[in-house]
Amino acid sequence: MKIRNYWNLRDFGANLWENASRPKRVAIALISIGFVALLPFMGASFLATPIASYDAVLVYPVGMFVLMSLGLNIVVGKSGMLDLGYVAFFAIGAYTMAILGTTTKLNTWEVMPIGIALSMIAGVLLGIPTLRLRGDYLAIVTLGFGEIVRLVLLNSSWSKGPNGIANVPMPPNIGPLKFELENQKVFFWVVMAMILLTIWMIRRLTVRRPGRAWEAIRQDEDAAELMGVHTLKYKIWSFTLGAAVGGAAGVLYASKNLYIAPEMFTLNVSILILACVVFGGIGNIWGVVIGATILGYLPDRIRFISDARLLVFGLVLVIVMNFRPDGLLPRKKREKAIVKREANA
Amino acid sequence: MRLEIKDLHVHYGKIEAIKGVSVVVNEGEIVTLIGANGAGKTTMLKTISGLRPVTTGQIIFDGKDISKVPAHERVDLGISQAPEGRGIFPGMTVLENLEMGKFHRKNRKAEMQEDLEKVYHLFPRLKERVSQAGGTLSGGEQQMLAIGRALMTRPKVLLLDEPSMGLAPQMIANIFRIITEINKTGVTILLVEQNAQQALQRAHRAYILETGNIVKEAKASDLLNDPAVREAYLGTGAH
Repeated sequence: MKIRNYWNLRDFGANLWENASRPKRVAIALISIGFVALLPFMGASFLATPIASYDAVLVYPVGMFVLMSLGLNIVVGKSGMLDLGYVAFFAIGAYTMAILGTTTKLNTWEVMPIGIALSMIAGVLLGIPTLRLRGDYLAIVTLGFGEIVRLVLLNSSWSKGPNGIANVPMPPNIGPLKFELENQKVFFWVVMAMILLTIWMIRRLTVRRPGRAWEAIRQDEDAAELMGVHTLKYKIWSFTLGAAVGGAAGVLYASKNLYIAPEMFTLNVSILILACVVFGGIGNIWGVVIGATILGYLPDRIRFISDARLLVFGLVLVIVMNFRPDGLLPRKKREKAIVKREANA
Repeated sequence: MRLEIKDLHVHYGKIEAIKGVSVVVNEGEIVTLIGANGAGKTTMLKTISGLRPVTTGQIIFDGKDISKVPAHERVDLGISQAPEGRGIFPGMTVLENLEMGKFHRKNRKAEMQEDLEKVYHLFPRLKERVSQAGGTLSGGEQQMLAIGRALMTRPKVLLLDEPSMGLAPQMIANIFRIITEINKTGVTILLVEQNAQQALQRAHRAYILETGNIVKEAKASDLLNDPAVREAYLGTGAH
């Protein structure tokens, strides 16, 4: 049993954290953050990605995937709603940045709250009528929503249709930190800050009322309602927070990529982000972070085998999910049981 | 705190599950609703607790029609249901399950300990298992937890959906004894059961539900001795 515990990274990490004193915790947090912040400088090591620029890979896909997976994890992992249209919020954020960035003088940081707000509004508007649905039905509706957003962008003149929007402005420099295409370290630090902010938000909410409500909803929605949980309200909240994170990621993405088009916001993105969540460990923040990092990084790391890389990518997914069906770093055992009972006449 | 259901109709899509049922539960009573599978017993409880919408008819509680009040607000009014098949939160510990019963109350900290003690007094077994996951409890313990959790909401009316389902005979007797005990503390109880024998022994009054209609209403003790009822629900055919 002892040996097993060493392999249980989740409990190992949790014990380390819970047994640490406050200064020790601060030290662990600062060292971890420092290490991650220095990642862009480690491009010369075995981490280097052939063909693709290493620090660009760290921003997109890795950083963006982590951010979006954390957002989607609020919806799928915390409150148990299957959302297959998450890319829609990413697209709304990205187009908000592209349109406002090219037509007004607003910079990225000024567009950010607008992009987040619009994503949240879309989340609420979609949520109110559809979150009464459960399970598969909700998955289908969200899938449809993702496609609708993409098709609207593809067919509207204000979004420049299939041509997309070019010349999206970069973020203005923060003091001495310059945003450059050739050197994306600053982008990485911004994504990292957004990831930290998201993790902080989720952790705060999880131990409070919304977290308990989501947990109850995920485990048994009817029972939650019987305990006085306003299930629809909390589901909309969860959905909207997830949307906000997706929107924020979108704003930054447009400002980094400088060009966006509807083809970047296909169903594939939703599925890939969902795969990151499931692969890492649905419902567990750190699992999701690791899952998204690996799934974002791997295809670029093995790019030298060209076309075979997607095959390898798929194989890794299949093999890992076979050996660890609950993900690399699953949530605590007792939180895992999900009982879905059919409505009984 | 009288609960009165007037001419209730409930549909699942086009299928009418409840076809004009009227039931009265007076304050302090144990009223039981007995019937076979598919008679509409669970639907009745779900409709009273608000999980199923009412097609037509009224649910009058404490003088007000609550048939349009959402389920989570009915808890505040004092209606609490222990759902069928237990419906506990399998991934939460016993304590966390019980704490969920206080979710709707604002000053829950103050009441929490007091009510936990009450529940532990009724179900000492739960106290032994406070930190165990709900899903790993035995069937009888899960039923205790479901009832205990419902009591944490401080209900005026407790709706129990087949508390005896799937339990060993000894556990069934135990659960029914506790139901009587809860009733004596002033909680009105509406009990849905297939186990007519036990239910009729414990209840004051009873209704018999058949395919969405009330076919009989009487004092529970009278039904126990009614030949037709004995034939249908208490004979070898009883569950």
